Amino acid sequence: MTALALEVHDLHKSFGGMKALDGVTLEVAPGEILGLLGPNGAGKTTLVRSIVGRVVPESGTLLVFGSPPGSAAATAARGWVPQEIALYSLLTPAENLWTFGRYQGLSGRALDSAIAQSLEWAGLTDRRKSSTRTLSGGMRRRLNIAAGTIHQPRLLLLDEPTVGVDPQSRERIYAMIEELKSRGVALLYTTHYMEEAERLCDRIAIIDHGRIIASGTRDALVRSTLGTDQAVTIDAEAPVEAALRARLEAMGAKVDGARVTVVAEDPPEQIRRLLEAFHTEGADVRDLTLKHASLEEVFLNLTGRELRE
Amino acid sequence: MIGAIARNRLWNLRHDRAALVLSFVVPIVFFSIFAGIFGGAGRSSTPRVKVAVVDEDGSDGSRRFVAALKADRALDAVDTSPSVGSLPGVRFTATAAEAAVRGGAFPVALVIPKGFGAHPIRFGPAAEGPKMTVLSDPSDPIAPQVLAGLIQKTAMVAMPDAMARAGMEEIDRWGGGLTEQQKSTLEGNLTSMRGRAAVAAVTPRPGEAADGLVSVERRDVLGRKKDHGMVAFYAAGLGVMFLLFSAAGAGAAIIEEAESGTLDRILSTRVNMTTLLAGKLLYLAVLAATQLLVMFLWGSIAFGLEMRGHWTGFLIMTVATALAASTFGLLLASVSRSRMQLVALSNLTVLAMSAVGGSMFPRFLMPEAIQKLGLLTLNAWAIDGFQKVFWREEPVSHLWPQVLVLLGIAAVFFTIARRAARRWEQT
Repeated sequence: MTALALEVHDLHKSFGGMKALDGVTLEVAPGEILGLLGPNGAGKTTLVRSIVGRVVPESGTLLVFGSPPGSAAATAARGWVPQEIALYSLLTPAENLWTFGRYQGLSGRALDSAIAQSLEWAGLTDRRKSSTRTLSGGMRRRLNIAAGTIHQPRLLLLDEPTVGVDPQSRERIYAMIEELKSRGVALLYTTHYMEEAERLCDRIAIIDHGRIIASGTRDALVRSTLGTDQAVTIDAEAPVEAALRARLEAMGAKVDGARVTVVAEDPPEQIRRLLEAFHTEGADVRDLTLKHASLEEVFLNLTGRELRE
Repeated sequence: MIGAIARNRLWNLRHDRAALVLSFVVPIVFFSIFAGIFGGAGRSSTPRVKVAVVDEDGSDGSRRFVAALKADRALDAVDTSPSVGSLPGVRFTATAAEAAVRGGAFPVALVIPKGFGAHPIRFGPAAEGPKMTVLSDPSDPIAPQVLAGLIQKTAMVAMPDAMARAGMEEIDRWGGGLTEQQKSTLEGNLTSMRGRAAVAAVTPRPGEAADGLVSVERRDVLGRKKDHGMVAFYAAGLGVMFLLFSAAGAGAAIIEEAESGTLDRILSTRVNMTTLLAGKLLYLAVLAATQLLVMFLWGSIAFGLEMRGHWTGFLIMTVATALAASTFGLLLASVSRSRMQLVALSNLTVLAMSAVGGSMFPRFLMPEAIQKLGLLTLNAWAIDGFQKVFWREEPVSHLWPQVLVLLGIAAVFFTIARRAARRWEQT
C-alpha cells in the first residue's frame, strides 16, 4: 500500500495559552491537491510550519510519506514555497537556485541540470543572469516556487503563491502548478482566492480556530453545507409595486427595490410561477439569473467570516 | 508638520528600547574610556615608564643615582630581574637588559658605565668620558625621551656635589688654578650639598628640567625595523578594528535572512543551525583573513613593511585573529533582535574594544589599569601577536599565548552564538 503524502492526525499546538492548532486532522494522497482555506489567524501558517519542521507540535501525529517531519526522508520528499519571497535579492536566479539546490543535497551535474530545468520551467532562462531584485513581481514568485521544487519533492507546500501577482502571471503560475500535479506531486495549497481553490484543488479543507471544520470536494462541501438549492435572482425594470410584492413574498421571495431573490428547491417550476406573477401585474423583467451556491458562501456559512477578513 | 515628523522618530526610538539605552550609554562609555586613557582618572593613574637599570660602575655616585631613579615617581626603575619561584632575581647585566627590552618586558633600559661616579658630567661636545646608554624599543617613542630628561634631572638633584666638583675642576683647569683656601671652602660646601641631595631627589619639584650635562647615548635595540615596525603596528591595530566592524556587518546577513523568511526556508532543508553558523563562520574568517592580507600587502608595497621571513608568523596570527573576529560578528548578530540593535551594539563594542585594546592608541602609553583591562579584548592579543612577528621578530613558537587566547575567544564566542541562535530554531 502506498503511503499517504501527508498524514496529520489530532495535531495540537499552543502559543502562550493561545491554541493555534486544536486537533487538526487531514490527509493528502500522492498526486492530489488539497486546498487549505481559512481566515487569518485560523492556524494555516502554524500547520504548514509544523509540516516543514519549523514548529514542534505538542501532540498528535504528522507524517510525510510515512516519515516524521524532522527526518532526512521527509526533508528530501518535501518542498516548501513560503508566502514571502524568501530569496537572495542580490543574487541571480541561477545563483539562488544553486544555493537552495545545494541546501537540498544536490551537487555536480544533477544540480546543474536541476537549475537549467527549473529556470526553463519557471520561464526565467533568459533572465538567469539578472539580479533577482530586478525581476518583476510575477517572475520573483515563479522563482520562489522553483527554489522550493528544485530537488523535485513529492509533496509541495504552497503558501499563497499568487499574492500580489497580476492576472497574466497568475495564469502562468497555475500552469506550473498543474504541471506539478501532472507529474504526480501532492500539493497542500493555502490561498485566499476562492477561484484558485475551485480551479486547482481536488479537495478543500476549511480550517478555523485551529480545527478543520469541513473538508471534501467542492461540490460535496456545497451540498453538505448549503444543500442542493439554487439561487434565483430577478431584476425588474422598475421598483416592484405593492401588489406584485405581495404575490412574490407569498412565494417565499425577498424583494429589495427592483431586485427579487428566492432560494429554489425546484428552479424550473418556481421560475415559471415568478415570471407569471410579473406578467399578470404588468411588470417587465430586465434580467434573470440562476446560480449554484459558491465556495465563498460555504466559507461564510461555516466560519461566519469573509475569507479575506 | 515638522513637529509631527520629529514626534514620529521619537516614537520609533522609544519603541526600540535597546537603541534608546545605547543612544545614551555609548557616549558615556566612550567618554569614560578616553578620560581614563588620557589621564582624567587622576595623577595616580599616569603611566610610569618602566626602566631596567644596569649599574656597571657600582660606585657610590652611581648607587646614589640609581636610588634616585628608583625614587622618582615618573619611573618604575628596576635593577634586578623578577624572581622566579623560589629563585631570587639577579642584577641586570647590559645583555640581560637589552634582551628584556627586545622581548617587550621593558620599553627602555639604562646602562650606567664604569667611571660614571668619578666623571658624571662633561663640558662641551668634544669632551671625553663615560657615556650612559639608553637602550630603547622604538615602539614606544615616549619612554626614552622621558628617561633622557629624568637622567639629567636626577643627576643634578641627586649628585649636586659631583656636578659642582666637575665644575670646580674645569675652573681650576681653565682659570689658572684655585688657591688651597678656595679648594678647602668648596670641598666643605660640596659635602653639605651631598647631604641635602638625597632629600631633594625623592621629592622632585615640578618643572625641573634637564640641561644635558650628563652624556647619554641612545640606541634602539630594534632600530633596524623601526619604521616598518610602526607600519606593522598600525596595520595590525586598524586591521583588527575594521575586521571587527566588517564581521559585525557581515553577521547582519543572518538577521536579514530571518526577517525575509529565507532563514526559515533554509532551516526547512537539510541545513541545520550549527551547519549554517559554521558556514557563515567559514565565509567570515576567509573574508577577514583576506582583509588582513590585503592590508599587510599594501603596507609592504606602499610603506616598505618587510613580509619576507615573517610569512609563517603572519599567517598563524591572521588565521587566529580572523577566527576570533568572525565569531565576534556571529555573536553580535545572534544576540541582536534587529539590524538597528546590531549597529548600535557593534559600534559600542567594537569602538570600546579598539580603544582599550590598543587599536587606536598604543596600549603601552595607557595607564596600567587600562593596559590590564585591554587584555580582555581580542584586539590586544592580536596586536601583541603581530608585534611579536614583525617588530620583535620572535620565533613562531613564542606566539602560543596569543594564538591560544584568540582561539579560546573564538570557541567561546561561537558557543554563545550557537546558544543564542536557538531562538531562530524550532518553536
